[in-house]
Amino acid sequence: MTTTDDAPTQGLPTEWMRLHPLSPVVRGARLLFALAIVVLPRQFTPGHRSQPWVDIIALFVALAAGIVSWLVTRWRIHNGELQVETGLIRRDSVRVPLTRLQAVDIVRPFAGRVLGLAEVRVVVAGHGSSTARLTYVTDEQATLIRARLLALAHGLAVDTPAPAEAPVLAVSGGRIAASQALGAPAVIVALALAVVVVLAALAPAAATASAVSFGFAVCFVVVSGAVRRASAEWEFRLSAAPDGLRLSAGLLQTRAETIPFGRVQAVRWVQPVLWRMFGWVRLEVDLARRHGRDRASRETAATTRALLPVGSPAEAARLLALVLPGASVTLPPQVLASARAPRRARWRAPFARHFLRAWHDDHYMVCGSGRLRPEFVVVPLQKAQSIRWSQGPVQRWLNLADVFVDSAGVHFPGRARMRDAAEAQQWAGLLPDIARSARGGTPLPASDTGGAVGLA
Amino acid sequence: MHSDEPRFDDAEWLRPSPRMWKARQTLLAIVAVPITLAVAGVTAAGAGARPAGAVLAVLVVVSGWWWYVLRGRYRAWGYAERGDDLLVRRGLLVRRLSVVPYGRMQLIEVTAGPIDRIFGLATVQLHTASASTDARIPGLAAAEAQRLRDRLAALGESRAAGL
Repeated sequence: MTTTDDAPTQGLPTEWMRLHPLSPVVRGARLLFALAIVVLPRQFTPGHRSQPWVDIIALFVALAAGIVSWLVTRWRIHNGELQVETGLIRRDSVRVPLTRLQAVDIVRPFAGRVLGLAEVRVVVAGHGSSTARLTYVTDEQATLIRARLLALAHGLAVDTPAPAEAPVLAVSGGRIAASQALGAPAVIVALALAVVVVLAALAPAAATASAVSFGFAVCFVVVSGAVRRASAEWEFRLSAAPDGLRLSAGLLQTRAETIPFGRVQAVRWVQPVLWRMFGWVRLEVDLARRHGRDRASRETAATTRALLPVGSPAEAARLLALVLPGASVTLPPQVLASARAPRRARWRAPFARHFLRAWHDDHYMVCGSGRLRPEFVVVPLQKAQSIRWSQGPVQRWLNLADVFVDSAGVHFPGRARMRDAAEAQQWAGLLPDIARSARGGTPLPASDTGGAVGLA
Repeated sequence: MHSDEPRFDDAEWLRPSPRMWKARQTLLAIVAVPITLAVAGVTAAGAGARPAGAVLAVLVVVSGWWWYVLRGRYRAWGYAERGDDLLVRRGLLVRRLSVVPYGRMQLIEVTAGPIDRIFGLATVQLHTASASTDARIPGLAAAEAQRLRDRLAALGESRAAGL
């Protein structure tokens, strides 16, 4: 791709560039904060014969390391690749072919928001591929870089301006907080309280004390998880751009990400038990990104999956149709009867059978399961990587079998469990052909119609 | 083939090499015979001949049952190259069948462990972008593994479908 080289730069480099000079400050903000908590009280404790030199040297070394790491890091967009080089002793060079790009996120940690800096995170697909990150550039640059990368990824001219966005949906912070409070945490905290109360009434004091402390620990973990999720999805906003859906959310640290159309591997529709009172549902997407080992990509995996953190079924249906046109998780009652798992499946899946159902058309496979927490997974057959059939001994006895549609996503496998054996046999034979003809259409249209149009 | 298993009219099923069965039996013998003899010997030394005979009988029955399971598993393996996808079937207790379109293959791996190498065998494993794809064909004769790998690689290249 030579366009990269002759295009007008407009603040975007084809030459090697450094990151923003204040990057080390943002990167080290958490560390500095922790250091301050340790060091300052120590220095100002009266009567403490402190050696300030140790602390000053520690601070200086941390600062110097940050500056050196900034000095040796450089990046550019060249030959249709984003190239990032870093490291003083062990050179680390990341090259991201933009055709493999899955999503571009802009993350603003709290310190970055104060200084007007943002991180650009480029997510690519496939095993063993890494996330390229630019930590940190200015806000304007981040927006520009994202527009450029997406334009290149879609094969457009490099100076295509960032396309206009049409707001689709916004969820207020209060509603997010309420939905998190009514999720699994509420149930677990209530259960823990009940156990403690029962123990207090029945058991000796010593056992009660340990139960109380254990219950408290469980509640703390659960509640802090809920608070973290709520703060990650705070003030959730979704808008549609021609190249994909733009998501932005966050309380202290905000993140804005783009889900390119046609890269959605699966969508999950889920309704936790207490949400049923309000008719709320949640919609999550699965992209072809892998589980990361480092903290940053774990964050990505844990927090960016919601397409609709909480909303009405009508909103969920609208969004589902936006990312996967023509897909639906509901069926007319007369069709539903045949989509449900046979009654005898209750011997093998006593709880899940209630919502255990599966059906497919020419484009999608929809699998439902769960008892307290019904969930439906929609997998576009166009994205099927492989199709599996399996039958265990109990299933053989009950004349049942499973059919799986594997997509490149990690979180929501398409599992049609406990189908009648004859039906499973038929599906396993048919689905590969359906998937092939679904694939045979236009490969990955970047239009607002998403991935499943123009199919054979 | 069991009646519930999906049928493919155009599939010509191939089986692993008969040497795989020899390799599996050898492995079984290497593990089972010394353990049986050692346990029986220790029992004989400690508790006399009759308990030792009982222990020996139990271990022989267990080994025989194991041999039977291994044979069933060996017989369950099969693979078929269709026009657009590869079929792999396996499993005795839990039966499985995978369909992997050639266009979805990202990586083809040929491995051979020490026992496999003695018998001139190799395992061909297919990887797609999905971690749950489970298409492994063990116990192929080395030449057949090479042929399959080259053929799959050529087919995968001509039909690459991306993500």
